[in-house]
Amino acid sequence: MAMLSFEKKYRVRGGTLVGGDLFDFWVGPFYVGLFGVTAAFFTLLGVALIVLGASQGPTWNLWQISIAPPDLSYGLAFAPLNEGGLWQFITICAIGAFVSWALRQVEIARKLGMGLHVPFAFSFAILAYVTLVVIRPVLMGAWGFGFPYGIMSHLDWVSNVGYQFLHFHYNPAHMIAISFFFTTALALAMHGGIILSATNPGKGEQIKTAEHEDTFFRDAVGYSIGALGIHRLGLFLAISAAFWSAVCIVISGPFWARGWPEWWGWWLNLPVWR
Amino acid sequence: MRLGFSAVVGLTAIVGAVFVATTFTTPPLDSVQRGYRGTGQIQSYQDRAYTRLTAANQAPEVIPAVDLEGEKASVGYKNLTVLGDLDKAEFDRLMMAITNWVSPDAGCNYCHNPEDMASDEVYTKVVARRMLEMVGTINTKFKSHVANTGVTCYTCHRGQPVPSYVWFTEPNLSHASGYAQAPNGQNKAAAVVGYTSLPYDIFTPFLKEANDLRVISQTALPQRDAGARKSIMQAEWTYGVMAHISDGLGVNCTYCHNTRSFTEWNQSSPQRAVAWYAIRHVRELNNTYLDPLASILPANRLGALGDAPKVNCTTCHQGVFKPLLGVSQLKDYPELATPLTIKK
Repeated sequence: MAMLSFEKKYRVRGGTLVGGDLFDFWVGPFYVGLFGVTAAFFTLLGVALIVLGASQGPTWNLWQISIAPPDLSYGLAFAPLNEGGLWQFITICAIGAFVSWALRQVEIARKLGMGLHVPFAFSFAILAYVTLVVIRPVLMGAWGFGFPYGIMSHLDWVSNVGYQFLHFHYNPAHMIAISFFFTTALALAMHGGIILSATNPGKGEQIKTAEHEDTFFRDAVGYSIGALGIHRLGLFLAISAAFWSAVCIVISGPFWARGWPEWWGWWLNLPVWR
Repeated sequence: MRLGFSAVVGLTAIVGAVFVATTFTTPPLDSVQRGYRGTGQIQSYQDRAYTRLTAANQAPEVIPAVDLEGEKASVGYKNLTVLGDLDKAEFDRLMMAITNWVSPDAGCNYCHNPEDMASDEVYTKVVARRMLEMVGTINTKFKSHVANTGVTCYTCHRGQPVPSYVWFTEPNLSHASGYAQAPNGQNKAAAVVGYTSLPYDIFTPFLKEANDLRVISQTALPQRDAGARKSIMQAEWTYGVMAHISDGLGVNCTYCHNTRSFTEWNQSSPQRAVAWYAIRHVRELNNTYLDPLASILPANRLGALGDAPKVNCTTCHQGVFKPLLGVSQLKDYPELATPLTIKK
């Protein structure tokens, strides 16, 4: 694959976090690095364990394969491989792969002398996953509170866990997370729309400027957040969505064990209208 | 006074911390897994809340068994239409137990005229006799619900003349007029539906009348002409009843259902079958034994529409999956496990 003109300049040694020059090279277009190796290792091992788990299960139907966590009775101990132990090792592999990927992003950013915004943002996705399969199970006292690794089975888990709280839409952090997800979509749609409308003109038309973009939104809603601001906003909205998702599940159980509608008792009992 | 940025941040953090600390609970939890691992069919209770719940649902002390006198109660006492065949000593012991269960403060005189214990002039005595018939029916006819655990007066009464958890048909209140949304029997954050906004007069249509709770459509298109209509509005009523059952039994939806398909019996837990019988059981008690009491009870015991107090899940269960945590006192009071019908 052809190299871009500037790539020769940054494709130099250095900037690694650990391991010095070890694996500090590129394969084709891809930077490897120590964390590229660990990411590949954990990914391959994890997928192999999933295939092993599927071979021990009742089906090869891709939708129905499920690697379930241990019974609650194992608490926070290791379980036999076919009784949730595979789930535990796959979880370790998944976290290893995700964290490796984030650290590889850090190394690439350091080589380029860039900020760490991308690995920072990706860390929130990792946080949401770790909250589901490590933080919440530890707080509740058993790995069995984690979700099963299967396309349909994890959806069934989500449904049942939601109904453990009678009506999950009353979860205040779930409300905030949903609002951020929708607002993220709104901001991305508006941003994508305004960029395409200005920089992808019809044949014979001229490309419009940032002033056009600002003016459009000033005319439409009285305010334009600006070319840099929209990306700050987008980053904030997206990581907030992931963050509040993590909050909404970690409070469900450890910090509230009854129906979520009942949590709003503090509101119903405000002295103003009690 | 001008507040600096850090002062605003600090104050917000303090207020936030107080809010979080006072509205949420903390670990540890007691959890029970009730399905295959990883399906999320788990009941969780906060430790301290469960301790309180357990303490509030202990069975009462049993009055020691007595030596039989060898003489029927009806020989010595007059006007015994239900318990006359009991041995006199057993009868006295049961009267004592009922007093402890139902009116420990007012004592015998809550039901009896002390001048003439046989007299039916106090209305509570007439009600109590009907309630004895009800207990006999529950313990002999509704084993699909109460199994061999059965009930005593204490299961509902808990030392009070009127059980703490009874219900009346809601009068159709109009809270506001003009442009305000009509209450329409919902949007009230009512305790009976777990503080949701769901319809709150759920007991009249389902625990008195026999409307269909099942709302999952069996066809691809809405069923307008296929008997009971399955609509989202109907689903809200069903959801309200289910919230009541959950609240009354202190369990979540997954106690009975695998929520991937609420309607499939082969994916539900055995407890769902018990609940199915329980709904019909409670409905029959309300129609046969409790609602007819309206003609006997004084006005201050009746609801706004003049109906008698009726039972729902909470009346007996009071927040636990089995009333009094499954302790059966029928072995101590075996006479209550017989059909207590009026003998002419």
